[in-house]
Amino acid sequence: MKLKGIFSTVIAIAFGLLVLVGYLFGVNADGTPSLLGQLESFILNVAVILAGFAILVGIINLLIVHTGKVRQMQTGAIYSTILVVTLLITFLLGLLAHYNLPFIRSLYNGAFLSIQLPIETSLMALLVVTLTYASIRLLRRQLNLFSIIFLITAFLILVGTAPWPFLGDVPILSTLRAWIAQIPAGAGARGILLGVGLGTLTTGLRILFGSDRPYGGRNG
Amino acid sequence: MSDFLLGMVGFGVIFLSAVLMGIFTALRRRSPSAFREIPAFTRLRQAIGRVVEDGTRLHVSLGRGALVTPQSASAMAGLTLLRRLAELTSSGDQPPIATSGDAVLAILSRETLKNASQASAQGVFDPSAGRLTGLTPFSYVAGALPAIRDEKISANVLMGNFGVEVALLAEAAERENTFTLASSDNLAAQAVLYASVQEPLIGEELYAAGAYMDAGPLHEASLKVQDILRWLIIAVILVGVLVELLRAVGIL
Repeated sequence: MKLKGIFSTVIAIAFGLLVLVGYLFGVNADGTPSLLGQLESFILNVAVILAGFAILVGIINLLIVHTGKVRQMQTGAIYSTILVVTLLITFLLGLLAHYNLPFIRSLYNGAFLSIQLPIETSLMALLVVTLTYASIRLLRRQLNLFSIIFLITAFLILVGTAPWPFLGDVPILSTLRAWIAQIPAGAGARGILLGVGLGTLTTGLRILFGSDRPYGGRNG
Repeated sequence: MSDFLLGMVGFGVIFLSAVLMGIFTALRRRSPSAFREIPAFTRLRQAIGRVVEDGTRLHVSLGRGALVTPQSASAMAGLTLLRRLAELTSSGDQPPIATSGDAVLAILSRETLKNASQASAQGVFDPSAGRLTGLTPFSYVAGALPAIRDEKISANVLMGNFGVEVALLAEAAERENTFTLASSDNLAAQAVLYASVQEPLIGEELYAAGAYMDAGPLHEASLKVQDILRWLIIAVILVGVLVELLRAVGIL
């Protein structure tokens, strides 16, 4: 391993351990925050500030990727052009909005409220169609007992959640929905979450062992 | 239970896991482990073979798990798989693409791809391959969709923290007739992926990717430790149920 790799690994393990012990022993027996707890919050605050700078780096990366697409006239270059232009306009508006100019501020807010918000809401609506289509395709792709149980459960939850036309709320359906959600689905969800928790624990330990090193060096 | 006592219990569990991981890693060096077959990983290996042969690209989407949140573990599992996949496809013409919805994750994915290319004699590094595509759930998905459609992708791996919006990525991959393996630590996303993806991974299978793709002995040891801890939790739950039952009938 190169010197840079060793250095970054030592730093990552040391700070990982500090945050871990700060999390576990962040409070004294009398309930007051311990030195380790204060150190943990300080390190996390620094991490949040660094993550803020990382957003700037990420946006520059986004700009470079899309200007590259426009320069090379790749497929979808027109969308990349729109992205670059709107990104620069929004960035400028964001900078100018700090000077408390009412017109600029309304334009800046308008970019979110009149463009981004409706587009994201439309995508959410599209998701409903996508999921309905995916559910139909599920039976074609894998016709087995689990797929059938999955679809029947989804159907029962759906009919038990929404009131029926002319009938309103059907008590047996809403009772059935509540039973499915609280007993079998609740138990299954807890089982899955326990598995996810255990996976999270061992992933964290691999990073503390220096086995997984996304920041540099060879994994293993 | 006081916070201090909870901390002590947490420390005990973590210490036990660390010791077991060390023991299993040492044992693994003597004899290789055998795990149950997960068909998704077998098909992923086949898909990697096709990526190398066809001269197409692999797309790895890492989700939006910010590093200062508990969801970062799924992102880390995704980065480990990205590293391994980048090494396995290094003999191909095209390096993999990694998209993410968190800036730190994008930087780490770029670094991972760079390290993987340096580790391989034939590795090619494309600086634009590790990308941030958006910072909100839907902008991230909208930014990742053109990568699936326009960049000669023949295999997609969606692994990390996603919400239900991941269905749009899965649908785009399906339309392009590409292989798709997907997993998320989010319950709603897992349900959505079960319905919309060829090869969904459920629950802790997300964290098993490294072990199944030969990422190192510590990954295999992790799986064994997870199994032991799972049995411990089952035992604790059963004992708890028994104690409550005995208390209810007045024996305790």
